[in-house]
Amino acid sequence: MLMALNERLPATPNVGRPAPAGSPVPAAEITFDVRNLSVFYGANEAVKGATLQINARGVTAIIGPSGCGKSTFLRMLNRMHELTPGARHTGAILLKGEDLYARDVDATLVRRRVGMVFQKSNPFPTMSIEDNVLAGLRLNGLRDRAFLQQRLEEALRAAALWDEVKDRLKRPGTSLSGGQQQRLCIARALAPEPEVLLMDEPCSALDPIATAKIEELIQQLRERYTVVIVTHNMQQASRVSDRTAFFYLGRLVEYASTRDIFTSPSDPQTESYVSGRFG
Amino acid sequence: MQTLRRHDRYRKFKSAGMSVLTVVCALIVVLPLGLVLAHLVREGIGAINWAFVTQLPKPVGEVGGGMANAIVGTFTLLGIAMTVGAPVGLLGGIYLSEYGAERLNVWIRFGADILNGVPSIVWGMAAYALVVVPMKGFSAWSGGLALGFIMIPLVLRTTEEVLVLVPNAYREAALALGLPRWKIVTHIVLRTGLTGVVTGVLLALGRVAGETAPLLFTAFGNRFWSHHLSEPIAALPLQIFTYAISPYDDWHRQAWAGALVLVFLAFLFSTGVRLFFADRKKSPAS
Repeated sequence: MLMALNERLPATPNVGRPAPAGSPVPAAEITFDVRNLSVFYGANEAVKGATLQINARGVTAIIGPSGCGKSTFLRMLNRMHELTPGARHTGAILLKGEDLYARDVDATLVRRRVGMVFQKSNPFPTMSIEDNVLAGLRLNGLRDRAFLQQRLEEALRAAALWDEVKDRLKRPGTSLSGGQQQRLCIARALAPEPEVLLMDEPCSALDPIATAKIEELIQQLRERYTVVIVTHNMQQASRVSDRTAFFYLGRLVEYASTRDIFTSPSDPQTESYVSGRFG
Repeated sequence: MQTLRRHDRYRKFKSAGMSVLTVVCALIVVLPLGLVLAHLVREGIGAINWAFVTQLPKPVGEVGGGMANAIVGTFTLLGIAMTVGAPVGLLGGIYLSEYGAERLNVWIRFGADILNGVPSIVWGMAAYALVVVPMKGFSAWSGGLALGFIMIPLVLRTTEEVLVLVPNAYREAALALGLPRWKIVTHIVLRTGLTGVVTGVLLALGRVAGETAPLLFTAFGNRFWSHHLSEPIAALPLQIFTYAISPYDDWHRQAWAGALVLVFLAFLFSTGVRLFFADRKKSPAS
């Protein structure tokens, strides 16, 4: 089922080319290999020389105070940052060994492999629940109805929304509650079977109950997807993630297992941030 | 204390004065509309009958007849105008909102605003030079083209304004799904702004439906059915113009009736759409 999709989608050649010669071949379980990445908005350097590897499966949290570059970093992972006028970067990001920013790589195809969920839920207002979930497949030319039906149910189940909406799939996506809308957006991002799911503060606009549901959902997703979540809620990072990266003023200060970051950080800045002394 | 109270009274007086002034100005805007409409209905309603909308004009001196050819002619011209004006305006508006570089956009917007201010008779001259002279005759083509020219900047600007209002969050969501740019424009952005875009096109149509000057030496008008788009064609505003300056009482009455029909059509364009879309929004399954 998983493999079926890439074969069905028209024109989905392998993204990118192998890593530049001389670099060590990354181990199979590494999803993102970020090398000395600096990101700029015009003259402003938002991310300053970050190097880290994000493992396949499991949840990686990115924390840090507002303006530390964590969202910019996330948007580099699916080539959304380059849509901002004046955006540029140095360094490299490899997705499973392939350079995401190689000249012959089509950003559109990268984004099919790396799904994203945004801070504010944004279901397409003209579309029904079903159309929203299937938007990424249908608008990329998929017509096989049986397959679409199957993906619809799978994606909604994966987003823990199926039972709540199965009887009203034709209703507008915007008729759902805020928390449901965010899970609808997760289902929409999952429907094209991405390899990675990026989440940019997915709960910051939700109430505690809806937040708990999304966090529970993230726990389920970790088994099949590589999840990278940006959050400024440290409790959330400690609850949902396996590894945590702490950014401060554009620098990657510390990247370690979540337990280490929150119980025995090696950097004093990390310690003051996670213990609530600033940020 | 005393002075303070006096000052307070003065302040309230000023406030009341300004409120009255704004109400008066608002009424000045609405009042002429009401008066014109009332007068139009009073003068025109008597001459409107079945014959008026189904028959051709009678020869001079004969009482009766109608403006059927002018009504059909107006729709024909609007059809041509829309084929010319809507696609160019729409695509241009999409360019401004979705693709354009800001530095170029400034000039395009500036150009469109200048074009919006060009007197409509100038568009008639343009169509005359471009179509009437080479084709050696007045025609529906030239009249429709003149009206289409007028529509372009109108549609362009309204389309841009409507599409810019579509929140960026939807574009981002679609981009993150790996959708190509043109699909995002057609399936997400245009669909979200569809009501506004269609309203913009129809308002532009309503606006050019009443244009007379650009038709004077393009469509030219005639008193019969036009059988071909390369022949002169009648149009309501032209017919009204011809009848209004004539010396015949019966023609004057018909001119009023024609004006009433024309206003009614424009009204239909601008409110009909809104009602249609308002209705569609209410039904849950759409």
